This record gives sequence, structure tokens and C-alpha cells, in this order.
Amino acid sequence: MANDPIHQFHINRIVPIEIGGLDFSFTNSAAFMVATAALAGGFLYLATAKRAVVPSRSQSVAEMAYDFIRNMLTDAAGKGGMRFFPLVFSLFLFVLTANLIGMFPYFFTVTSQLIVTVALALLVIGTVVVYGFMAHGLGFLKLFVPSGVPGLLVPLIVLIEVISFLSRPISLSIRLFANMLAGHITLKVFAGFVTSMSALGAVGVAGALLPLLMVVAITALEFLVAFLQAYVFAVLTCMYLNDAVHPGGH
Amino acid sequence: MFITPGYAQEAETHLDATHAETNAAHEGAPAVFPPFDSTFYPSQILWLVITFGLFYLFMKRVIMPRLGGIIEDRERRIASDLETANRMRAESDAAVAAYERDLAEARAKANAIGQEARDAAKASAEAERKRVEAGLDARLSEAQSRIDQLKASAMGEVGSIATETADAILRRLSARDIDRAAVEAAVATSRG
Repeated sequence: MANDPIHQFHINRIVPIEIGGLDFSFTNSAAFMVATAALAGGFLYLATAKRAVVPSRSQSVAEMAYDFIRNMLTDAAGKGGMRFFPLVFSLFLFVLTANLIGMFPYFFTVTSQLIVTVALALLVIGTVVVYGFMAHGLGFLKLFVPSGVPGLLVPLIVLIEVISFLSRPISLSIRLFANMLAGHITLKVFAGFVTSMSALGAVGVAGALLPLLMVVAITALEFLVAFLQAYVFAVLTCMYLNDAVHPGGH
Repeated sequence: MFITPGYAQEAETHLDATHAETNAAHEGAPAVFPPFDSTFYPSQILWLVITFGLFYLFMKRVIMPRLGGIIEDRERRIASDLETANRMRAESDAAVAAYERDLAEARAKANAIGQEARDAAKASAEAERKRVEAGLDARLSEAQSRIDQLKASAMGEVGSIATETADAILRRLSARDIDRAAVEAAVATSRG
């Protein structure tokens, strides 16, 4: 059981709750969601508590995150995108913190649950669609008709644009989910090699060195992936929000 | 794929679990891959909505105004400091300009005073020189007139001295009485 690479994704009920036939139990997944929000929120709260003009290290980190997301959003969606600043900032920090918490051994990775990433992706796309129609009415549909396309090609282009728009929430959610899932499975499998080979005696211990090195290297890679996927999620969110702010022109 | 003993064992328990499919107590080994197990979808969505919703509100209401305020404060502080620095530099530039202007004025004044003093000194020296020269000229012409006078009187006496000398010489040489008038005539002739 200990070597099962899938075991880490199991969900266990901590406080069983059932409402109207649906299972709303407080699970280990929910616990780590709470931990993610509490850790990220608590860190930012403490880091910015002093409001120092000359920032401490933790305040610098908080300010860096703020500037980082602000630049990302203004680069992608311009000044009009700033209304979504809290959303993108929260998404980035939530995903990043969840990914990083998942890097601790025996910890649960919230973002390796498909339903979580799907929900976050639908939140982004839902925001794009709702705000797009609210701000531009039917003009939002210009999104599917790029300007300067010859009349004959318009139906084909519209078809392609619609398909690409519909595939966005899928790619946005699957990318994050699959990266976290695959990374953790790979880590677990190589770590499993180390334990099972070293159980074979001296030769096995020597042979276990290679997977051990792999585990170390993959751990480093996974830290990179944890940050990179949060970044990619935030960047794509900014680009999709740009469509809601400026549906016609790019 | 490399199947670890632990994984193989897991597969066996998995098989056992499928035999007892109706048994609800198989939390350790569900029939489907956990991320695709829809049993916990409602629970995960609910808790995600709660946690992410609170996190979003906390960010929007507390953290982001705070961070924005900190960064804005710093920018304002830097801008005001820069402004103060610029103002002080302008002030010091003005002070330097005023100092240089005063210095130039003072120098010009000093030059003027010097020039005046030099002119006055030159004028007085010139006057003195003229006075002295005038005095010298007067004495020179006085001396000249005395010289002329002396010369004229001396020249007047030269004739009588020559006559007497010639008379005396002739008396001694010839030892006879010499006509004085003749000697005088001879002297006058030789003097031309």
C-alpha cells in the first residue's frame, strides 16, 4: 500500500456531511484547501502588517507577487483588465500555494484533483463570458469574428474560433491537473524503486542510487513545475480576460 | 512498467475489493482512479467555493488595498523626496548664482576704484612732473642767460688782455717804446 503511486490522491472523509443526498463531507482535500487559503492569506497578512516603506523580506515577497501579477495583467489585458486584478491575484496565489504544499511528503495536492482545476477554469471562463456580455452585449460575439477576414472564410473561421474558445476551459484545467498528477506519480514511482530495490540486498542498494538521484532531480523539477503551472494558469487567465475586455481588437 | 511488490499487492487487494463490490467499506481502494471518482465532486466543489471564495474576499478587501497602499505610499514618498531634492538644488543654484553675481559686482567695483585711484595718481604725478619741469626750465634758461652774460663779459675782456700781453711781450723783446695804439689795432685785426 505504501508504494502505491495512486494512494496519495485518495480522498478520505474527516467530517462526514450529507445534504440532500449529496456528499459534502469535509475531506482531506477540503482540509488542504483550507490550509492553502490560510497559509497564503496568513503569510500575506503578516508580511504586510507593518506597512513598512523599506520592506522586510516577507513584505518584499508580497510586493513582488503584487507587482508581478499587476504587470502580467496590464501587459495582457491593458488598463481595463485591472478590475480583475483581485481575481487573478487570488487564483495565482491559491494555485501556487496549493502546488507548493503538495510538494511536502504525505501532503495532499489539491490541484491534482481534476474537479478542482475544472472548477477554477470554469470560474475563469464564466467570468470572461459573463463580463463580456455585460460590458459589450452582443458585441462580445465579435470575439469569434476576427476583423479583416474575407467573407468567404468567415463561417470556417467562426467555427474554428468557437471550437478554440470551448477548448479553453478544458486545456486550462487539464494542463494544471495533469502536470501535478503526473509529477507526483513520477516522484512516487521512482521513490518506490528506491525502497523496493534496496530491499534486495547490497546490489540492490547500489542499484537504488540511480532512482534516488532521479527522485532528487525530479523533486527540483517539480518545484519548478509548481511555480510554472501557477504562472501559466495566471497568464492564460489574463489572456482570456483580455477577450472579455477587448472582444473586437487584439 | 516496473511493478513494485507493493503495487502488485495493491492490485490483489483491488481484485478482492471487486469481489466484494457491494461492500461500502472500501475507502482504501476505490474502484476508480481517485481524481476521476465523482463521489467526492460535490464535496470538493463546495469546499473549494468556500475556501477560494473567502480567500478571494480576504485578498480583495484586506491584502490588496494594503499592498496597493504600501506601494503607492512608497511612490508618493519617493516623488515628494525627489521634489524636495529638486527644490533644494534649485535653491542652492540660486544661492550660487547670487553669490557669483555679488562677486562679479564687487570685482567690477574694485576695478573701478582701482582705476580711479590709478587715474588720480597718474594725474597728480603728471602735474608734479609738469611743475618740476617748468621749474627746471626756468632755472635752465636763467643759467643760460648767466652763461651768455659771463661769456659776453669774458669776450669783452679778451681784447684788452691780448693787447696788454702783446704790449708786454713786445716791450721785453724789443726793449723800445711801442706805440700802444698800433698794438691795439694789430690785436683787433688778428681777432678778426
